[in-house]
Amino acid sequence: MTGKKRLESAVKYIFLFSALMSILIVVMIGIFTFREAIPAFREIGIIKLLTGTVWRPGQGQYGILAMIAGSGLVTLGAVVIGVPLALGCAIFLSEIAPPAVRSFVRPSIELLAGIPSVVYGLFGMVVIVPLVRNIDVPGNTGFGLLSASIVLAVMILPTISSVSEYAIRSVPKRFREGSLAMGATKWETMTKVILPGARSGIMSAIILGLGRALGETIAMIMVIGNSVIIPFAASDNPLSIFLSRARTLTGNIAVEINYATGLHESALFATGVVLFALIMIMNSSARMLIGRKKWEK
Amino acid sequence: MNSILKVSSLCFMLAIMGFSSSAGAVDVTVAGSTTVQPLAELLAEGYESFTDGITIIVQGGGSSVGVKSAADGTADIGMASREVKNSEFEEHPALIVHTIARDGIAIVIHPGSGVSSLSLEQVRGIFSGEITNWNEIGGENTPVIVVSREEGSGTRAAFEDMVMDDELICLGAILQPSNGAVRTTVSITPSSIAYLSFGYMDNSVGPVSIDGVAPTVANATGGSYPVVRPLNMITLGQPSEAAAGWLDFILGEDGQAIVVSEGYLPVN
Repeated sequence: MTGKKRLESAVKYIFLFSALMSILIVVMIGIFTFREAIPAFREIGIIKLLTGTVWRPGQGQYGILAMIAGSGLVTLGAVVIGVPLALGCAIFLSEIAPPAVRSFVRPSIELLAGIPSVVYGLFGMVVIVPLVRNIDVPGNTGFGLLSASIVLAVMILPTISSVSEYAIRSVPKRFREGSLAMGATKWETMTKVILPGARSGIMSAIILGLGRALGETIAMIMVIGNSVIIPFAASDNPLSIFLSRARTLTGNIAVEINYATGLHESALFATGVVLFALIMIMNSSARMLIGRKKWEK
Repeated sequence: MNSILKVSSLCFMLAIMGFSSSAGAVDVTVAGSTTVQPLAELLAEGYESFTDGITIIVQGGGSSVGVKSAADGTADIGMASREVKNSEFEEHPALIVHTIARDGIAIVIHPGSGVSSLSLEQVRGIFSGEITNWNEIGGENTPVIVVSREEGSGTRAAFEDMVMDDELICLGAILQPSNGAVRTTVSITPSSIAYLSFGYMDNSVGPVSIDGVAPTVANATGGSYPVVRPLNMITLGQPSEAAAGWLDFILGEDGQAIVVSEGYLPVN
């Protein structure tokens, strides 16, 4: 073998090693988390753990249904608030903004991704929570799902917007030109040609954002109230459920792991396993939903 | 937040160990309650300045971690801001408790909530969720917002021990994972109530008297303020020579002066 070829194969193996390493790490984390969770699954029972509504480790009651509901609702809220905003940003940046404006707006949005989540939490706690408290619903403290969803929406905005922008840009130029040439307006071109063309990219952007939202911890702890209750609507308006306090799966682990021992610790690892499973189910169902790009058929 | 603290304190610890390795090995390791930790750090500094060539390293982790690390020997001394539980004594009968200071737990409310004194009974009712409106205890007609520490916290354990009897803190309470976060929450949330270590009291929250006795160091020292907990150092069996030297310093005049200057109550 010549030196060049040897170098080539060495490089190949280095990359193979990196790829295998990342798989190995995921598998190791999975195995370790699951192993630590086994005592909880065995002693509490999976069904009881998943459907129990009371979490009182001191009394030996371990039910994480409230946390599953909390994580689900706060993520839903973040998507409802954040996705339209992020898509608007992406469309503005890729289709409307002149280069000068774009070169200013895009770095500003990307800057959002660089702010540490504890700073988001602090901002949420002293600015958003007092604002949300002004909504007149009995028992509303400002701490709860709505504040958390708003904070989370801003946190996932840069991810969704930059990946969507990339997807929109990668729609072939001829589609756009063809549509405009046929007499379609800019709006029609956008909604009927470009967005459908970028559908799969936008979907993966949203999934990425969802993953980030489900995994966010510190900022959530600071604004969501951390009460272990299944969120409920306190007034006739069903939307007031978002003013309810809640606890997320991630928050449950982070708040209590420092003190936890024995079965309590194991139950927190079981919470981690549930989170792990949720994210995997979400990712793989998204993968199935997305499908292939239309013009590649 | 705690995990960040943990990592940074670990880095800090490693850095210190790196520096001090030339001066000699670590003589005493201390771990546990985050309430006792700042005090223990000052006491360690004080002792090190009095005594040549001794190094004491203080880590956090929480009261349960403090008891555990003393029991399994990962630390020479464990810190706990609560009594050692019977279950812990049963598991490790050789644990010895050294009370180094006492700390009052104050009931605090959002400033201007209109209630200035409560009975222990009423406090229990509020935190267990039986009393849900301030008008039931002489305040305005607004729901009570209960703020509490998370399960496992030493401050919560001490509060449950001394105030709650066998009642449980209601599940609807806002939970915050540190004394500081509890204080901020109460200061920005109208009609809220919480319990707080004396060391964390300031003007941003309003103190509530218990049966007319204000939560002050003087009242707690005099014995009229009822909610006072011990801050404990825990060793497995008799402490090592170095550890015993430090504990003697803490219980002596100089150590107790530091305890008082930090807003805690001396042991004697």
